[in-house]
Formats: sequence, structure tokens, C-alpha cells
Amino acid sequence: MEELANLFHGFAVALQPYNIMLMIIGITLGVIIGVLPGLGGANGVAILLPLTFSMPPTSAIIMLSCIYWGALFGGAITSILFNIPGEPWSVATTFDGYPMAQQGKPGEALTAAFTSSFVGALFAVIMITLVAPLVAGFALRFGPAEKFAVYFLAFCSFVGLSKEPPFKTIAAMMMGFALAAVGLDSITGQLRLTFGVTELLNGFDFLIAVIGLFGIGEILLTMEEGLAFRGGNASINLRVVLQTWRELPAYWMTSLRSCLIGCWMGVTPAGATPASFMSYGIAKRLSRRGNNFGKGEIEGVIAPETAAHAAGTSALLPMLSLGVPGSPTAAVLLGGLLIWGLQPGPMLFVEQKEFVWGLIASMYLGNLAGLIVVLTCVPIFAAILRVPFGIIAPLILVLCAIGAYSVHNSTFDVMLMLVFGVLGYLLKKCNYPLAPLVLAIVLGDKAEEAFRQSLLGSQGSLGIFFSNGLVSTIMALGLVALFWSAIQEGYSRLRTSMA
Amino acid sequence: MKPLVLNVAVAAIAMSCISSTASRAAWEPVRPVEFIVPAGTGGGADQMARTIQGIVTKHNLMKQPLVVINKAGGAGGEGFLDVKTSSGNPHKIIITLSNLFTTPLATGIPFNWKDLTPVAMLALDEFVLWVNAEKPYATVKDYVDAAKKAPSGSFKMGGTGSKQEDQIITVGIEKAIDAKFTYIPYKGGGEVAVQLVGNHVDSTVNNPIEAVAQWRGGKLRPLCVFDAQPMAYDEPIADGKAWKDIPTCKSQGLAMEYLMLRGVFMPPKVTKDQTEYYVELFKKVRATPEWQDFMKSGAFNTTFLTGADYAKWVEAEEKRHEGLMKEAGFLASN
Repeated sequence: MEELANLFHGFAVALQPYNIMLMIIGITLGVIIGVLPGLGGANGVAILLPLTFSMPPTSAIIMLSCIYWGALFGGAITSILFNIPGEPWSVATTFDGYPMAQQGKPGEALTAAFTSSFVGALFAVIMITLVAPLVAGFALRFGPAEKFAVYFLAFCSFVGLSKEPPFKTIAAMMMGFALAAVGLDSITGQLRLTFGVTELLNGFDFLIAVIGLFGIGEILLTMEEGLAFRGGNASINLRVVLQTWRELPAYWMTSLRSCLIGCWMGVTPAGATPASFMSYGIAKRLSRRGNNFGKGEIEGVIAPETAAHAAGTSALLPMLSLGVPGSPTAAVLLGGLLIWGLQPGPMLFVEQKEFVWGLIASMYLGNLAGLIVVLTCVPIFAAILRVPFGIIAPLILVLCAIGAYSVHNSTFDVMLMLVFGVLGYLLKKCNYPLAPLVLAIVLGDKAEEAFRQSLLGSQGSLGIFFSNGLVSTIMALGLVALFWSAIQEGYSRLRTSMA
Repeated sequence: MKPLVLNVAVAAIAMSCISSTASRAAWEPVRPVEFIVPAGTGGGADQMARTIQGIVTKHNLMKQPLVVINKAGGAGGEGFLDVKTSSGNPHKIIITLSNLFTTPLATGIPFNWKDLTPVAMLALDEFVLWVNAEKPYATVKDYVDAAKKAPSGSFKMGGTGSKQEDQIITVGIEKAIDAKFTYIPYKGGGEVAVQLVGNHVDSTVNNPIEAVAQWRGGKLRPLCVFDAQPMAYDEPIADGKAWKDIPTCKSQGLAMEYLMLRGVFMPPKVTKDQTEYYVELFKKVRATPEWQDFMKSGAFNTTFLTGADYAKWVEAEEKRHEGLMKEAGFLASN
């Protein structure tokens, strides 16, 4: 029970008035950063990192990690209200969150998202508290082959479960892969598909594609449909929070499953994005109301948000115990640790007890503070939809442009965003699903890299993907997910023929 | 490339004549200064840039803010081209790593270090040959024997990036010991070290700061350092061993030396006072205790060069990279 004593000591550190103040400042800043698409948690933390060098390390990490939590919460707001995901892992939240907002239930969707985020994070922190040393070693078993298997599973659990015509799904996904291939080929170190255009050296950033495809595309659609937001009659009082809370316990199974998926993905460290997509896909398949997914089902908000936060939080565990960041934001925090003279790695838990447990305690308190801050603001966020379209649309456009610009400080990206906007509009008009395209842009290059690293290691033999229990299991799960519909159909046919 | 240098010099003289009244008082930035990092967040160059930013802020070394901006696209090519096209802008500096040479050579982007104005070499980063502590090789000789005995290509070396410093060293080792490795590129140094701990690769050439935590945790073992003399730091790190106790690779019969530049450049056509300002700034940064701690934690080689000495060093290093990369077949096809 030494851990528990350490944790209480950590609470004592985190609860000092100075640290509580930093916590609230951090959360508020984080929510603002999360709302601005493109700025993102990693950039926010990177910008503010130098300001914290004069603070004691424990206070500094409390503030920075609170910015991180705040940004995670904030990312859901624009996803639900305007269909603009600010972070890769918020994409899956838009699938049901945005339809809910359009049906006049933005308050419900936001409450469900925030509460699920909190539940996911809490679950992950408890896991970190109790089993940190055990779980940390698990990440070491993940070589390139295992990582590829995880990405493979994410793709399969999404594709195999999709209701759209398979060829449109595949076409959209292939377009995503093609876009993901632009830029530097990290295995050979050569430029690909840039045609000598220096602006394309960076490839197509996911955020710019998403801000364009979803945000601008949506505005174009709304303009065509009569210049008005649907869902403007949303109720705007705090009672909606309590009403939604009454509904939520019914979805405990989805929550628990999403927590487990999230923690697993966070520790591995594949990250929050595959976790959210995988959790959404599985919830869609297993839910009794699975057919309603994508039309504004609250479960479709709970599943990705819970998983994304569980993953985002547990991603800090491999960072602290191994020095491998599980997310871009964790990578910046890692840089901060080194500058404060703290060496992440196996010895951190032994040598820097006060710091580690102060951080863990601040995860509990920071998430709680974050939940309170965002929930009290739900009516305000929901009321934004009441503003006439003629006023809010230009504001969103400006916000999108700022977001796209701030990714690389480049005006070329703003143009690119507009092009993606038109593309998004056309794809929607032709009924091509956008989700597989986005999934391929986000995970395509990572999956490719892991695949080629594996083959380099195995000297070209595909056997490496079935070379040990761990990787074979994940690959088998992926194949099952991919052919799930076919398996199910075959099974029911077998039963009818037997009868 | 001579004419360009001449142009820069002529322009510098011309500029200093025009602004002769202003140049009497030393130049100082009048706008926030952009500190470009041609690499991603969290890597070695990024850490150094952000440490400098923190030191400058904490000790009030500049009146204007110093803003770190990552431009990592195309193995840093994005950052270099950005500075190259900001001709005459004194409010922009860039920190470089070996991709200053390797990126243009491997990708063929239109850039050469002579397009920039050298300011100062801040330090040199060391490379150490690491193996998993569970493996039986305790010395370079054991390691070389094992690598030679393994079937060709089955011995795996993990490293950061493709056709960059880690792979250049790997090719150097292959040549020196006449063996064939399979090089597997990863995104970041920390990830490489963990892949070694997990036994997914057989050895790495991580920088000290990337692998020190795993060394202290007893997971990795350093075999030798790719420098001409052992590192200077004698504080014990693990098992009573210090950085100083790691022998040079050359002394162990593995003839390969490599150090990575951590230096600062400015855009072309800036004036001498402007360069001087930054040289003085970095001298002040180097004097702070935070910088010395940072050097110690990463076991850096603290050579500091400015002006002509620095340019000469960079030029020699460029030649060497060209030779190494040509031999390895890493040059862009066009």
C-alpha cells in the first residue's frame, strides 16, 4: 500500500493553493486551445512550455497537463456543434455528435461527450495508479509488426462494420492513402508525389484536410440548404446536464468496453486516434441500436470520447516509465521533463516520487476541475447554435482559416483547406463516406511505416505478422472484423440449411 | 558557390554603409525573433531550441521574445527553404542538425548551407553504440564477432530517419568491420532506444540523451563512442560507470568517427552587427548554469565556434558527408 500513501502525498502537493490556481488556468487555456481547430494540444503546450521553466517542476507539469486535459475536452465542442474536429481523435465524435446537434440536442451531446471523457480519463488514471509498473512493460513487446497489427485492426474494425456500399468506402479510403503518401518517404528518405512543389514537402496534414472536408464542406452544404443551422431551438439551461446524466448509466457496457480499448491503445502506444475509431466501430456492431449509428445516437458519442480520453491519459504512462511519448502532446511534455532535469525512464518512479505522484494526483483533480468547468458552460456552447447563420458562418470560416494557418504558419495551407472544402462538398453530394478517407489520412502513413519496418526486419517475409502470440491474435481479430458481415451471413445461412 | 559568399560580403558592406548612423549603436532585434527548428517537436534539436528559449526568457537576455517554430517537413527541408527565402531578415534564426547536409543530398531539394549565414556552433552531439543489456556482448569485439557471424543482413540496426546520421554511421560500421546489417528507420530517437530495450533491433547508435534513462535503468549497455576522445563527464551514471568510461570506438578496433552539428544559422544577406548580436547572445546563454546542466545531461561535446572557423568546419563536414553518402549510394538520383 505504499502507492496509496504516495498518492495521498501527491494530493497534498497538488492541492496547494498555488497549484490549484495553475490547474484552473491550465484547464481554461486548454479548452480555448481545443476549441480553435488546428492549434491543438501539442502546439499549446509547446508555446507555453518555456513560461513554466521558472516554476518548480511539479507545478509546471500540473499546469501543462491541465492544458492537455482542457484541450481534450475542448476538442469535442467544435466537433459536435460545427462538425469540425479539432484533433484527430475527435473525428469519430462528429459521426453522431453533429447529427445530435442538428436534431436540437447539442446540450445532450456535449454533456455525454464531456462526461464520457471524464469517465475514460478516470478509468485510465486508476489503472495508472494501481498497475503502473506491470502495464509499462507491455509497451516493450510492441515492435513494428505489432504496431502494424493494431493499425490493421483499426482499419478493419471500421471498414468491415461500415454500412455504406463497400466500393465507395474503398474508393474513399484509397484516396486517403494516396494523400497520406505525399511528402517524405520515411523509409527511403526520398520525396514522393511532391512534383517539385516545396509546399508539399510536408505532405497533407490531417488537420487541414479535416478542417476543409468537414468544416468548409459543411458550410457549403448548409448554404445550399437555405442558410440556416438546424438545431437552433436547443434548450439552453443546465437541466439538460442532469437529464442526460440520468440516461447515461444505461450505457455502462459501452463505456467499460471503450475504457478498456482506450487504455490498451494508449499503453501500446498506438494512441488515441485508432482507439476512438475502433471503439466507435465496435460499439456500432455490438449495440442493439447499431443501425441508428451515424444518425444521432448518444452511444455513438460515448464510445469514441471515452476511448480517446482513456488512451490520451494512459499514453502518459509509457512516457513516464519508458520515455516513449504516446502522443504528440506527450512528446512535448517529454521535452519539458528533460529540461527540468527529470529523466523519464525506468528510474523516474523510484527517484522522483514526489513529482510522479503529484502528476498522477493532478490527473484526478485536473480532470474533475475540467469536467466542472466545461459542464457549467454547456448551455453557453449550445446557445451558439442560436446565432443566425449569416453571423456565425463567417466566424467559423475565419476560425477555420486561422486553424489551418496555425498548423504550419503557412498561407498555402489556407488555400489547401478551401480546396479540401470543395472536395468534401462534392464527395458528400455523391454519397461517398468521408470517415474512411480521414482515417486513411491519419493512420495511412503510420501503418505504411510500421508495415515496411516489419518487412525490413523479417527480410521480406510476411510471416512476421503471425510470428508470435500477440501479433497473431491482433491480426486474427482484424481479419474477423473485416469479414464480420460475411461470417455472420454464412453462419445464418448454415443455420437455415441445417434446420 | 564563391560568388554568393562574395555577394553576401558586398551586400553586408553596402548595408552597413547605408545604416552607418544606426550601426554605431549595436544592432538589436525590434520584433519577436523566430527560432526555426527543422525537425519535429520533442527531438534533440527541438529540446535544445526550447532550452535556449527558456534560458533567454528566464535570464532576460533579449528584449524581444524568442519564438520556437517547428518546420519539419521533408526531413527539415521545409525549415531550410523557409530561412533561405527570408533573405536579409535578421529576426529569424535556425538551429541545425546533420540534416543541413543530408537532406539536400538525399532529396535533391534546392538548398545548400552556403545559402545561409553561419552564426555559431553551440555544441556537438555524440553518438554511442548501444546494445541490450541482456545480450552477451560486453565489448566491441564481442559485438563485432557476433555481427560477422550472423547471416548477412539478419543483424538489425535501429536508427532515426532514413539516409541521415544514424544510417551513415551504420554504413560506416559495415565498411569498417565488413559485415552487412539491416537498417530499420524510426521516427524518433526515444522510440529507437525503446525498440532496442524490447529486443526488436540488435543495436543502435543513439545520442547519449536519448538512451541515458535506459542505461541507468539497467536495460541498455553502451559499448563505445564515435568520437576521437572519450566524453568529458566523469559523474557516475550506472553501475559506477560514467560517460568518461566509455571507450572510443576507434580504440576498440571499430574505425568510425561521427559527431553531429548543433549550430545556428541566419538567413542570407544579413549584416555583420546582426550576426554579432546573436553570437553575443549565445555566449551569454552558454554561461548560464541551466545550459551547463543541459550539456551534462546530454553528455555533449561543448566545442564552440563562430565566424570563419565555424564556416570552415561546416565546409569540411559537408565534403565528408558528400563522400560518405556517395559511397553509401544515398545521393538523390537527379
